Amino acid sequence: MTALDRVARRWGRLIVGFPPYVWLLIFFLVPFLIVIKISLSQAVMGIPPYTPLLEWGEGAVLTIRIALGSFGTLFSDELYAFAYLNSLRLAAIATFCCLLLGYPAAYAIARSSHSVRNLLLLLVALPFWTSFLIRVYAWIGILKTEGLLNGLLLWLGIIDTPLQILETDLAVLIGMVYSYLPFMVLPLFATLEKMDLSLLEAAADLGCRPFQAFISVTLPLSLPGIVAGSLLVFIPAVGEFVIPDLLGGPDTLMIGKILWAEFFDNRDWPVASAVAVAMLILLVVPVMVFQRLQGRATEGTR
Amino acid sequence: MTQTVAQRPTFSPWTDPESVPLIRFEGVSKRFGDFVAVDQVDLSIHAGEFFSLLGASGCGKTTLLRMLAGFETPTSGRIFIDGTDVSAIPPYERPVNMMFQSYALFPHMTVEQNVAFGLKQDGLPKAQIREKVRDVLDLVQMSRFGGRKPHQLSGGQRQRVALARCLAKEPKVLLLDEPLAALDRQLRERTQLELVGIQERVGITFVMVTHDQGEAMTMSSRIAVMNSGCLEQVGTPVEIYEYPGTRFVADFIGAANMFEGVVASDSDDLLVVTCPELESDLTISHGGSVPVGAPVTVMVRPEKMVVQRDRPSEGMNGVKGIVADIAYLGDVSIYHISLPSGRRVEVLRTNLRHTGEQELTWEDEVHLAWHPANAMVLTR
Repeated sequence: MTALDRVARRWGRLIVGFPPYVWLLIFFLVPFLIVIKISLSQAVMGIPPYTPLLEWGEGAVLTIRIALGSFGTLFSDELYAFAYLNSLRLAAIATFCCLLLGYPAAYAIARSSHSVRNLLLLLVALPFWTSFLIRVYAWIGILKTEGLLNGLLLWLGIIDTPLQILETDLAVLIGMVYSYLPFMVLPLFATLEKMDLSLLEAAADLGCRPFQAFISVTLPLSLPGIVAGSLLVFIPAVGEFVIPDLLGGPDTLMIGKILWAEFFDNRDWPVASAVAVAMLILLVVPVMVFQRLQGRATEGTR
Repeated sequence: MTQTVAQRPTFSPWTDPESVPLIRFEGVSKRFGDFVAVDQVDLSIHAGEFFSLLGASGCGKTTLLRMLAGFETPTSGRIFIDGTDVSAIPPYERPVNMMFQSYALFPHMTVEQNVAFGLKQDGLPKAQIREKVRDVLDLVQMSRFGGRKPHQLSGGQRQRVALARCLAKEPKVLLLDEPLAALDRQLRERTQLELVGIQERVGITFVMVTHDQGEAMTMSSRIAVMNSGCLEQVGTPVEIYEYPGTRFVADFIGAANMFEGVVASDSDDLLVVTCPELESDLTISHGGSVPVGAPVTVMVRPEKMVVQRDRPSEGMNGVKGIVADIAYLGDVSIYHISLPSGRRVEVLRTNLRHTGEQELTWEDEVHLAWHPANAMVLTR
């Protein structure tokens, strides 16, 4: 390889790898910094509806004004704490349900024959071909008092009066499990499919019954998939806005809805921004710690 | 010359009609759809043997081993281990353990945990498990690596751990699926003898699958040569090499020169075979009884022939030819002799002289000579 090749290769790599980072920088990091900036200001009437962070005063004095009032609001009004906790609770339950439903599905797909496997994977991905909004909207038709589900249960004689499912936390849970299930199934499938089946034969050979072999071999080896799938479900579920807005009721407190209300109804940009920043910190820190521990535990399993 | 091999008292329970085999295959067949992987195999393996299933890939040797382990069920026939029909017994209840070609070590467990895995399934007390793990790791010289994970080990070390994991269970039979295939050549040769040493020390019956005839010859008490699902021949390494039962075995094990012919006469233990492509008849001194006129193949190993300039002496078989090619391998050279019929014959010659200049060279007219006792007659 000549020196020219080396230079070309290095530049080639930079050129290929650069655009995604530039994209993230411009459209994620910069806006996020702006959100942090807004969260540190005070709400005012006007355009924009918040005080500036930096100000040039008389005699070339640079004034930096950091207002922590918005974050204070988060602690003083317990509405926010409730909303955070409820978001975490619903997201955790939804993640757990996705895992319970998704693991057997992923296992079955990973162990199916090659021709069937592609079809099954296609079916998992099929819902993405319709708009997310429309699919969630369709659940209203299923869950409402005179909807399909209640109609079926009444017809079967299981219930006498229609159940109130729509506008409850349960409806939100159903919607989230439905929407996020593919995000659990796909990473689980990827790890289960990679697994060397001779390991299960070895376990059987060493005197291990099938269920015990699943517990002591398959499950620990699929941990990376469980973690990846859980994060992919849990993180967006915590900040979910559309599903609680459409399927939840007025008492369904979720942080995504609060954020919306602060921003569009109260027009309090600083508090809305503080809610967003707090949510990110609440999610990112534990996830990072968890992933580091996970990385150490599963070191060398592939 | 003929029967001077193996006169010392040796381990050979298969020659003893009183001895009850440990493993018995009775008419075992295995079909995958239309494909017959194993076809009507009858086979007995005795306790304490190092038994090899030898054959090219796809000959059914691995399927036979996997049926013994319980990973495949025979389509027909029965398998007995220590007198029990195991056909319906799942792998986790069989008194056999298998060492996988890929080793199949659990990547999320340390060496010690891997070895202890099988013992835990048996519900042994913790102290006893620890003691056994230490003993087998000592046996395979891996005690220092007990805390490592498989990905931190070399190929040879992984192979030892896989062996230890099987040995810890003290099975009646240990199955080895191409145990040395993943090792490089030098390590493989060293490990062959080591494995035999360990087998003799623990006294467990080993059944090994291999495609490497050298490996099978070095390690085994007996070898079963397999070809498209059937057993071609079962015998000791010496029997398989010196007295192959079929043309396939003669060709598969080592190199063989084969001449097609017809039996001309059979007298005084001297069989005379007329070969259309040779000028003179061939004599073989241990042909057994083959009817006159029967089509046969005369087989001579390359190292059992002499290549010389002079006409062979009376009583020897002789064939005239021209040196067509010489493959110099250092210790030996392989001479490719072209016969008048156009046929090529391989002869092995030890390079006795310490010089690059050998007495025979290309295009030399030579005679091939061999004693009647050094050839074999094959009827199948």
